[in-house]
Amino acid sequence: MIAIVDYGVGNLFSLRSSLAFIGVESKVTNCPDDFGMADKIILPGVGAFGDAMQKLRQSGLISVLQAQVEQGKPLLGICLGMQLLFEHSREFGSNQGLGFIKGEIHALDGALEAAGFSYKVPHMGWNPLNILNNRSPLMKYTRPGESFYYVHSFYAAECDESIVATSEYGIAVPGVVQCKNIYGTQFHPEKSGKCGLAMLKAFAEVS
Amino acid sequence: MIAKRIIPCLDVRDGRVVKGVNFEGIRDVEDPVAMAAFYNDQGADELVFYDITASAEGRSLFTDVLKRVASQVFIPLTVGGAVNTVDDFDRVLKCGADKVSVNSGAVANRGLIGEGARRYGSQCVVLSMDVKRVDGAYRVFTKGGRVDTGLDAVEWAVRGEGEGAGELVVNSMDTDGVKNGFDLPLLRAIAEKVKIPIIASGGAGNMQHFAELFELPGMDAGLAASIFHYKEVAIPELKAYLAEKGVPMRLA
Repeated sequence: MIAIVDYGVGNLFSLRSSLAFIGVESKVTNCPDDFGMADKIILPGVGAFGDAMQKLRQSGLISVLQAQVEQGKPLLGICLGMQLLFEHSREFGSNQGLGFIKGEIHALDGALEAAGFSYKVPHMGWNPLNILNNRSPLMKYTRPGESFYYVHSFYAAECDESIVATSEYGIAVPGVVQCKNIYGTQFHPEKSGKCGLAMLKAFAEVS
Repeated sequence: MIAKRIIPCLDVRDGRVVKGVNFEGIRDVEDPVAMAAFYNDQGADELVFYDITASAEGRSLFTDVLKRVASQVFIPLTVGGAVNTVDDFDRVLKCGADKVSVNSGAVANRGLIGEGARRYGSQCVVLSMDVKRVDGAYRVFTKGGRVDTGLDAVEWAVRGEGEGAGELVVNSMDTDGVKNGFDLPLLRAIAEKVKIPIIASGGAGNMQHFAELFELPGMDAGLAASIFHYKEVAIPELKAYLAEKGVPMRLA
C-alpha cells in the first residue's frame, strides 16, 4: 500500500485514480500509523512552498516522514511535493524545506531572465526528458525523449548530485531527482499519460 | 522544449457527446469516456470538455462523466460550460478537471477570473472567448455566440491576462465550421498583446492549417472538434506531419 500524505494541499483525485488504474493500492491519509504500515509514501502538493510547509508542520507529520525515510522507506514527492524535499526555498522570502535532499528552490523567471530567455512562466505543458542517470529505479520503464506534463514556476537548483533527468526550458529544469530512497518528480506523472503511469508503476516496484 | 499541443474538444449534453458520430472502432460514439480513451490512445495532448447541458440533472450527469473520464484518462483535462462562480470551479476540479474554462461567466461576473486565479492559481483558469468581426472590429460574443457584448476581443484578452487567466482559448466564429484554416489575423492581433499561451480554435480543415497556425508566434495549441470526430484528420498523422515540419510535438 502506498500512503499519500493528506495535509490539505492539492487535489488528489487524479493521483489516487492513476494508482488504482495501474492496480496499486493507495490510501490518502494523515494518520501516523498508516505511514508505518505503508510500503511507500507519496508527498503530493500544489500551490505555494511556504503555505505547504506550514500545513505539513500543522499536520504533525514531518517527524513521521523523517522517521520513515530514515528507515529507508521509499518516498516520492510530486511537483511542489518534490520541492518540499529540498533544504529551502526562495519563494516569497526564505522558507525551510524538509531537507531530505541537498539543494534549494529558485524562481524560474529569474533564472530565465539571467539566461536571456523570455519564456513564459509557469513552465506549463509537455516536455521531453533527458535522462542523466538511467540507473535510477524510477526510470525503469522510461526512455529518453518521452514527454511529461509540467506546471510550475519554481525549480530545484544546486542539486546536481541528485538529478536523474531534466527537461529543457531555457535552463535544464530538474524533472526527476533521487537521493537514496527519496525520489521526486517536478512534473505530474499522474497527468503524463502512459509514460507517467509507467513511472508510477516503477515507483510502486521500487524494492 | 515544450511541445505544441493538439487538443480535441468534446461537447457534452446530458452526459452524451454531441456530434460524436462516424467513428470506427468505438462501440458507443456518444460515450464521453470511450471517446476520451480513444483520443488519449491517439496521442491527444489534452482534452477539452464543454458542458452544453441546460438542465440541473444534466449538470450532475456531466460531473459524473468527468469523474469517469478522469479515472481512466491521465492527461490534462479542461472543462468549460456553465462556469459562472468559483463554486463551479470547485465542482469540476473535484471531479478531476485540471483547468477550468470561463466564457460567458467571465463577462457576466467581472470578478470571476481573479477569484478563480486567487483560489486555484492562474494555471487553472482558462479564458475562452468567441470572437466575430463586427464593422471591422473584433467583438466578443457570449451565450454560445448569440450575444454581442460590444467588448473588443484584444482588450478583453489583455484584461483577462491581467486579472489572472493562465491561458486563452480564442475561437473565431468567422472561421468556425468553414474549414479554411484558423483565423490567423485575429490570433496575431491577440498574440501581439498577451504573453499567456494561446489555444487557437475554429477553422481547422486539414493538416496544413495546423502547420500555418504554429508558424505564428505565440501559438501554443490547436483545438478542433469535427475534423477529429469525423476522422478527416487523424491525430497520429497530424503530429508526425507537424514534427516533420519542425514543430515540437509530443510523440507518444
